[in-house]
This record gives sequence, C-alpha cells and structure tokens, in this order.
Amino acid sequence: MSTEARKPPAQSALKIRRILGGKAGWNGVAVQFAFAAILGWIGYEIVSNARANLENQHIAAGFGFLRNNAGFDVNQTLIPYTGSDTFLRVFVVGLLNTLVVSVVGIVFATVIGFIVALCRLSPNWLLSRVGEIYVEVIRNLPVLFQILFWYLAVLAALPNPRQSISLFGIAFISNRGLVVPSPIGQSGLVPFLAMLVFGIVASLALRFHARRALFQEGRMIRIWPYVLGLLFGLPVATMLVFGLPFTFELPQLKGFNFAGGSRIIPEFVALTVALSSYTAAFIAEIVRAGILSVHKGQMEAGASLGLSRGATLRLIVVPQAMRVIVPPLTNQYLNLTKNSSLAVAIGYPDLVSVFAGTSLSQTGQAIEIIAMTMGIYLLISLLTSAVMSVYGWRVSRSLGA
Amino acid sequence: MKRVTLALTLALAAGLSAEAADVQTLKTVKDRGMLSCGVSQGLPGFSSPDDKGNWTGIDVDVCRAIAGAIFNDPTKVKYVPLSAKDRFTALQSGEIDVLSRNTTWTISRDTSLGANFTGVTYYDGQGFMVKKSLKVNSALELNSASVCVQTGTTTEQNLADYFKANNMKYEVIAFATNDETVKAYEAGRCDVFTTDQSGLYANRLKLASPNDHMVLPEIISKEPLGPMVRHGDDQWFDIVKWTLFAMITAEELGVTSKNVDEKAKLENPELKRVLGSDGNFGEQLGLTKDWVVRIVKAVGNYGEVFDRNVGAGSPLAINRGLNNLWNKGGLQYAPPIR
Repeated sequence: MSTEARKPPAQSALKIRRILGGKAGWNGVAVQFAFAAILGWIGYEIVSNARANLENQHIAAGFGFLRNNAGFDVNQTLIPYTGSDTFLRVFVVGLLNTLVVSVVGIVFATVIGFIVALCRLSPNWLLSRVGEIYVEVIRNLPVLFQILFWYLAVLAALPNPRQSISLFGIAFISNRGLVVPSPIGQSGLVPFLAMLVFGIVASLALRFHARRALFQEGRMIRIWPYVLGLLFGLPVATMLVFGLPFTFELPQLKGFNFAGGSRIIPEFVALTVALSSYTAAFIAEIVRAGILSVHKGQMEAGASLGLSRGATLRLIVVPQAMRVIVPPLTNQYLNLTKNSSLAVAIGYPDLVSVFAGTSLSQTGQAIEIIAMTMGIYLLISLLTSAVMSVYGWRVSRSLGA
Repeated sequence: MKRVTLALTLALAAGLSAEAADVQTLKTVKDRGMLSCGVSQGLPGFSSPDDKGNWTGIDVDVCRAIAGAIFNDPTKVKYVPLSAKDRFTALQSGEIDVLSRNTTWTISRDTSLGANFTGVTYYDGQGFMVKKSLKVNSALELNSASVCVQTGTTTEQNLADYFKANNMKYEVIAFATNDETVKAYEAGRCDVFTTDQSGLYANRLKLASPNDHMVLPEIISKEPLGPMVRHGDDQWFDIVKWTLFAMITAEELGVTSKNVDEKAKLENPELKRVLGSDGNFGEQLGLTKDWVVRIVKAVGNYGEVFDRNVGAGSPLAINRGLNNLWNKGGLQYAPPIR
C-alpha cells in the first residue's frame, strides 16, 4: 500500500515562528508583537507628553541652541576654543577631554593592574603582600573620595607659581600644573616626520618577515640592529641634512602664571591618577583570576622546557589567560570611562561638566542636553565593547579554540 | 550631581501633565501642608543651615514669608538644597514650588526656562576676591590670572566678557558647587575667586583666615537676585511677587514684627488697607485679609530681614546701598497696595 508523502510545512513560516515565538510557537509570536506594541506606545506617550508639557510651559525645545554662542571659557581644550564659539563646539571640547582622560586612564590602569597581579602571584612574600594590600585598600574606598584626595593632596603639596619647582629651568611644577616647553615646527619638520613614519612602517614589515621566517622555516633572523637604525638613525640623519625639526618655546613666569609652553593641569593629573589606580585594583584581580585559571601543568611544562618564569608567563600562560581576562577587562574599561564623569567634583572640564553642567544651565534645555550626553556615553561604551570583542575573538582564534 | 540632574530630567520628560496644563500651585501647597522651596547648598546670609540645622538667610526668609502668608506658620517649609546647575530643572519638573536661591534675573532665564522672576530680593553685582599677599588693587591688574568660579552661573559668562573686553588673558576653573570652588581657591589652585559681591563677603567668612583676603572694588555686572516660579500659574506668581512687595511696603510704612499689632489698630487709612482691616486684597490673592500681618509676624519687614541676614546685624555687615528703599537712595520699591 502506497501512501503519498505528506508535504512538509513551508520552511520560511517555521523559521519565522521559531525566531519570534521560540518554543511557544504562534502564541509566542503574538505575545512578542503585543509586547513590542506596548513598548512603542509607552515611548510615544513619553515623547509626546514631554513635548506638550514643554510647549505649555514655554520652555525652549529643539537643538537650535547648539548654534548659539556659549559665552564661557574652558581651561583645557584640545581644539582651539574661545568663549565666542558655539555650544556644539563646547560639546566636542568636553567630549575630547573625556576621551583623553579615559584613554590615558585605561592605559595606566592596565599597566598597573598587570603589574599588581604579577606581584600578588609572585613567590616573593613581600611582593605578594604589597600587591594584596594595594588591592584591598584601593578597591574598598569610594572613587569620588579618592579623586578628591588626589586633587587636594596634589594641590596642598605643591607651591604657588612664583615659588614653583624648576626642573633644569625648562619645566616647572606648581599648583597650576606642570608646564613644559612646547615644540614649534620648523622647516625640517616635514621630512623628519616622513622619515619617522617610514622607519616605523619598515620596522613593522621587518618584524612580520622575521616571524614568518621563524614559524614557517624555523630560521631566526636578528632584526633589532636594523630596527634601531630605522627608528633612530634615520630621523637623526634627516635632522643633520634638513636642520632641526622644531624648536622649543620655554615657559616664562609672567604676572600670575606661566606664559608660553604647554601645561598639564592638576585636575587632569588628579583624575587620571585616581581613576587608573582605582580601576587597576579591579584589573589586578581579573588578571590574577585569569592566570590562575590556566592549569599549573602549563607552568611546569614551561619550566621543564627550560624557559624562565618570566618567559613561561609571557609566552605560555598569559596568552591562554587572556581568553578569561578580556570580557571582564572590558567592563573595567567601561567603568573607568563612565567614572570619568566624576571630574565635575574637581573642576576638570569633561563632557558632563561643560556640557551637561554649564551648557545645561546656560540654556535650560535639560532634555536635549542630557539625551545627547547619554547618547554619546552609550556610543563610547558600545565602541569600546566592540573593539574588545574583536580582540577577544582574535585571542580565542589564535589559541585554536 | 549627575544623578540628581538625570532624575530631575526624567521627571521632567515623563511629565506630569496635570502639573503642566492648569496648575493650582496654591492648592497643591495647601493640600501638602508644606511649601517646597529651592535654596542654595549653603551661602551664608542668603540660605544656609545653622549649627542646629535651621535654614536662615534672605532667600530663606522669602520662603518663610510665603509659608507665613499661606499657613500662618513660617516653619511649614521644606527646603530643597540645589546646585546652580540643577536649580531650574528642579523648578521645571515641579520638585519645588518656588526657587529662592540667589538667582540672577536675565532675559534668557525669564523667557526660555518656562519660569518667571517675581521680583528682586537683592540687587547685587559680580566682584572679585584675591589674597592680599598678591598686592593687587584692581581687577584690571588680573591679566593671566587663574580664576575659580562656580559652574552654571551668569558669573561664568560675565567673567569671559570682562576679560575679553579688557584684553586680558585668564584661566577658568569651574566647579559644581560653591564649597568646592572656595576650597580650591583656598588651596591656591587659583588667584581669584569670583561670584556676586555679596557672595564674596559671605564666602570670605568660610575661609580659615578671612583677613588675608580682600574684595576688589570693581563691580563688573548687574546681578538682580530674585525668586522664580513656573509659567502658567498666575495666581501663584502673584502670591510670591506680592509677598516681597508686602515686606517692602511694611518697611516703608514703619511696620515691624514688634509693632505690627499696634499698627493694625491705628486709624490710618493706608495702614488699614495694607494690614487688612479695610478691603480684601489678601482674599483676591487667594490668601486671607491679614496676609501682610502674617508675613511681617513671620519674618519682619524687608529692612529687618536685610539687617538680620546680611546687614548690620549679621557677620556680613553689608551696607544697604542699592538695596535701600527708593526714598532713601536705593532701588527697593513696591507698587501700592490699594
């Protein structure tokens, strides 16, 4: 007896059902749509209600204010800025200040964190105790308190500009910050920079070539003399031919402050020190956990191959530990970036201080400004996560996992 | 700080439409049994808590006078300390009924914030304070100085204007709260501390050795300070506006917190009108007939308030100057109560 094979149900419909409804089938799809509709309705209500309220109360709305003159000054600007620039420029100035403190903070936090983790894991009793005390003290104090401590401690310890500490007469430290000579480009600058870039690119190419030779043919090529020549010899030779690439403008005490030179303001120093030392305590624990997660047989295997402890860590243990370290490390980077908004307490002109602070109260447009600020923090965080995800993925792939 | 702003903004965004459309602030206040009043986080003479936690100051007395007029009890006030940058959002979102926080009346604040100024409690102007050891006698000698300022104030913009107009360079360090600004100035982070001149005298008292610091003679701006209320409730606007006028009128007529009961019994037609035994002006405001008596009993007349908080009877010892009555060489003037 032959029966006709039953037609299978359309695959595309099944797929939609599975994606939207999961195990609950078509009922699940309905629930999802209802939920999305409710969310959409709530969002619409909030926006339209807020708009109606603003209109009723005659509160200015919209983003037109971004083109108005800000009319106030900022004490650290990475791009040229004066009081007659627009609020949009204030936004960019604040954003750059936030980014610079975050990036510098992340670099220092990572370095300090790794060092402290290695101290804690060290067989040296004293080193490991020092690492432990660092972690336990720093991570158990509120970060705002640490920022204020560093700020007030730094300020209290330093003299006023007229009695500033002179470093060989070219750099000065006072409670107005560190003033260093600023470079001024001369005619030799362009060839100098060109040669520097060429040197870096050529060195990287050499390193690539040497690694291929090592992994594919087992040949060791000694490249460091060439790299040294490319990175230092070449620029120096250019300097001899074309003249000095830049001269330095020396800072000079004029009136109340130093004129000329570049300055690192104490607010930046205090914030960077506080944020990076605080975050480093957490990073140290993450790194320690990562290293401990690698089986101790790996360490023993390295030792039996005759590798030193440092080389075993660097070549065998840490690469495997990175797989465990990277995801929580990303969290710490994000925390540091977000904590940088505490800058407002010590007068560092970050995004929250100059834009969500001063600009907000000058214009009164709270909703637009807070929305923009939240949006940009979200964007920074998502970008950081994305970069770290790619890095984590590469680490896993290189381990063949 | 950020969290406060965020919470307030969300409250504003979520919008209490009942609050916005046709508000009955007076009814809300009466139902609550408390006036919610936005004040500073501590500026001696204007609004600051004393060692027992009681708020005092000119701005605080405005709140007390309003509460006195409504409840006949000046203690029925909930004080909400606000930083300069959070104050307008708190008012817009309905967190406070009146903002009485040394706030400068400017056209942009009057027109774009959804709020109105109701009058001028104190005519002020921006000045500079420096250490005496700097040997500076004029603000024009401040080229290349570092200046500490509180963020979110008109002060910041006046500062930029003044240095630009006089072709001088400066470095600005802006802090979120008054106390942080003063602390940084004291720590030597900046040469100059700038704010409204009354605020300079008030903050000088907070320094470890006030006599090492001096206020420079220049006044670089007009800073009329006054209370603010939300747009859209004219009755409430009138109540706050006339509370201040009542205090000024009382001083003009020589009515003080001590003699108000005797004055109310006199057969003087103007006194009878003002103190409520003739006419019903208080009821038209939504208050009671004896509203001025209640206000004067609560805080005294404008002169008493000034002397007690910032004038001769206070550590600040500021001259009446512009804040004297119009017929004594100052600017304080109230429209007639009739």
